[in-house]
Amino acid sequence: MIQVTHLSKIYKNDSVETVAINDISFSIKKGEFVSIMGPSGSGKSTLMHILGGLDIPTKGKYTLDGQDVEKLTDDELAEIRNKKIGFVFQAFNLLPRTTAIKNVMLPMVYGGVPKEERFEKAKKFLEMVGLGDRLEHTSNQLSGGQMQRVAIARALVMDPAIILADEPTGNIASTQAAEIMAIFQNLHKKGHTIIMITHEHDIARHAKRIITMKDGRII
Amino acid sequence: MDYSELLAEAKDALFLNKMRTGLATLGIIIGISAVITLVSLGQSGQKSVETQIQSLGSNLLTVMPGAQSSGGIRGAGGAQTTSLTYEDAKALQVNSNIVGIKNVSPEIAQRSQLTAGGNNTNVQVQGVTNSYFPVHSLNIQTGNSITDQDVVAARKIAVLGPQVVTDLFGEGATPVGQTVRINKEAFTVVGITEEKGGSGFQNQDNMIFIPLTTAQKIVFGVDYISSIAIETTSKDNMTDVQNQVGYYLLSRHKLSDPTQADFSILSQQDIIGAATQVTGIFTTLLAGIAAISLLVGGIGIMNIMLVTVIERTREIGLRKALGAKKKTVIAQFLAEAIILTGVGGILGLMFGILLSFIITKLINLPFVISLYSIVLAFGVSAGIGVLFGWYPARQASNLSPIEALRYE
Repeated sequence: MIQVTHLSKIYKNDSVETVAINDISFSIKKGEFVSIMGPSGSGKSTLMHILGGLDIPTKGKYTLDGQDVEKLTDDELAEIRNKKIGFVFQAFNLLPRTTAIKNVMLPMVYGGVPKEERFEKAKKFLEMVGLGDRLEHTSNQLSGGQMQRVAIARALVMDPAIILADEPTGNIASTQAAEIMAIFQNLHKKGHTIIMITHEHDIARHAKRIITMKDGRII
Repeated sequence: MDYSELLAEAKDALFLNKMRTGLATLGIIIGISAVITLVSLGQSGQKSVETQIQSLGSNLLTVMPGAQSSGGIRGAGGAQTTSLTYEDAKALQVNSNIVGIKNVSPEIAQRSQLTAGGNNTNVQVQGVTNSYFPVHSLNIQTGNSITDQDVVAARKIAVLGPQVVTDLFGEGATPVGQTVRINKEAFTVVGITEEKGGSGFQNQDNMIFIPLTTAQKIVFGVDYISSIAIETTSKDNMTDVQNQVGYYLLSRHKLSDPTQADFSILSQQDIIGAATQVTGIFTTLLAGIAAISLLVGGIGIMNIMLVTVIERTREIGLRKALGAKKKTVIAQFLAEAIILTGVGGILGLMFGILLSFIITKLINLPFVISLYSIVLAFGVSAGIGVLFGWYPARQASNLSPIEALRYE
């Protein structure tokens, strides 16, 4: 499903070149649960952004579902982010001062889901992550774990094939981390492809496969 | 995403941050209302000057004593000269046979203290004949005018301006038949003139009119007059009449050289010319003020829109990450800018008009609002608002989602 060959990402800042990803190749099959591990600065976040179509590689080839991502237009890429990929960010990235239900409904606004269906669908996913009683709470009225669960509901609402999670438990308490991981396990059982970044070993252990990165390379 | 959804999303975003939306709207309101109010005040002033000049009478020539000076404008405060007499005026009216003279009004004027009962006021005392009133288009509101018999008999009667009535007898009083005193001399009030409004120089509301002969003999003790106002039959023959009156008076005064003339003739045209110069300066000043307030308002709107949109770069990144297309993001921010400038613009318009209305009423000027100031203020402010709402949003949506998300 995901095929990466000789991929590199180089950031140029003035005259200084920073190699974030250095010529890596791997593939991930449909339905896999993969953890990407590594110390900070190892390039794992950059890799995740490229896999999610948020950033473009400097060199190499990235094929998603047989499509060469490099050849897609900006709008086609937006369509893929909307329909095929669900993001869970470390910093949650919810719309500020917006209710949980509106946050979850946002991808459906861009995805062309009929208006009437949006509320019920968003409610279903919020109930699934255990926030059925928090629909009208705004993000500042929620705890870190609750915000991350809203973000997961938002990532799932378009029923994407791939879920990308960047340190999903990094900013929340460890008791709530267990609940989040249980949700991911559940999604994995339902057949979603899950790619999760983490630097904690006991979180990474939930995955069936662990890719370890260091200095922009897979080791 | 259709238009109704776009508007709903824009409306949500605007309501989300009431402070930010409020400040942006305020900026637009101030920008627009400042321009409208300033332009309105300037035009009110201009209109007021024009009205006052027109209220002095139309088709008017004024003969003044004293030597001619360039431009026909005599220096104020110059020595009182005594070269004009009531006989000059009568001769002009009766004997001169100048075609085009409709009415001749000899006048003598001086400020004096006026008392009635316990009250007193300092007003312009005008010694006039019956012609004064038609020449200066001044009508009698109550009672009678000054008649030819009053002048011949030098009767001690008076016609009061409404301001004088208010000052001496109280608002709304009709003191016809009562007595006023000028320098201890008692005058019977026979009439009151209508209110003409206006203020400043030659305010006819604040004058007392008495027969010319009475003024000369009893009040001032002189045998000359201050000026002769001549009403011509039409605007077109004013120059012609001006020349003929000039030659006639020269010969009456036994002078052969026009440069030796002991009088000067001012036409209404000269006064209008001077006034046009003044209002011209007014207009330029006004355009300057409007331009500056437009600039200031525009920069204010630009700043608030720029800051508002740049502050939301992360939000733009997030929306793109969740699948918003570039044009959808731009359309949403454009819709927000249009709503913001539209609502702010209409509020600013109403506020500006209200403010102009209140100020002009307070300082007693005519209320003038011109369409061009509304179109200009609204057009420029809304244009700047939309441009600087759209441009940074476009820049931000050109970033890759991750660059926008990382924006600090």
